[in-house]
Amino acid sequence: MSEFLYMGGYAFHVWTSYALAFVVLLINILGPSLRHKKKLQRACDIQQLNEIQSNDT
Amino acid sequence: MMKWLHTMASSAWFYRFSGKMIPWLMGIFGVLFLVGLYGGLVAAPADYQQGDAFRIIYIHVPAAWMSLFIYIVMAVYGFIALVWRIKLAEVLLISSAPIGAAFTFLALVTGSLWGKPMWGTWWSWDARLTSELLLLFLYWGVIGLYAAIEDKRTASRAVSILTLIGVVNIPIIHYSVEWWNTLHQGSSVTLTDKPSMATEMLIPLLVMATAFKVYYAISLLIRTRAELVEREPNSKWLKQVIEENNHE
Repeated sequence: MSEFLYMGGYAFHVWTSYALAFVVLLINILGPSLRHKKKLQRACDIQQLNEIQSNDT
Repeated sequence: MMKWLHTMASSAWFYRFSGKMIPWLMGIFGVLFLVGLYGGLVAAPADYQQGDAFRIIYIHVPAAWMSLFIYIVMAVYGFIALVWRIKLAEVLLISSAPIGAAFTFLALVTGSLWGKPMWGTWWSWDARLTSELLLLFLYWGVIGLYAAIEDKRTASRAVSILTLIGVVNIPIIHYSVEWWNTLHQGSSVTLTDKPSMATEMLIPLLVMATAFKVYYAISLLIRTRAELVEREPNSKWLKQVIEENNHE
């Protein structure tokens, strides 16, 4: 196991590359998902507001 | 009237369809990614020249391929958006840009991490590296230009044109290792020739490349859904979608 982690002396270069890939892949799923959720909430609010306004008139 | 109906239908259809597709794509990506990781980090033997440092290839090369692939796809969307004024193509273009930029960044940084132990330097201003860096700036340019223009239809036309102009950089990146004398090595895997890699090294590379393609689809769909909701918060189709969600 420790030999696997050692990566023939290139542990820093190999593991940094893979860790960075994880981070980049994670960010580009989580970020847009969060944005989608927010925009959906905003659309909900806008539509409710419109309904209230149309009921008033 | 017909055109209006057409756009309405396509946004609604795309939103529903992508919502169904995402969980499946996530599953496919998860399996491919794990298989690729195992193949690249465990199953593949160490390279006889580079030792274990060569394992960076399983991130670096698929990321670099994606950086080119996504740009070409964006140029196609840009062309469709300019010629047929299809809104969905505009949204797909701008939603692709951050993913393309992310893969370009990943290719550059992992290349640097690989270059240091192999070439003895983090960076060199050679043709391959410089043109790939230019690609990153092109992606950023697209994102920045889109953000800078208030009206999103106008912004979309502007970035479509910018994307199409920037496409000249793609063959430059691809052929840079043949046209110029570069530090970067030539291609080990091409469509026409037999790959100059051992099979047990090649398979994880192809699996990882496929995983990254599926990943692009996932990220693109989520981004596009968010963008559609942002652009059309008051549309009838979104009202229906929200009602359906409330009933579930």
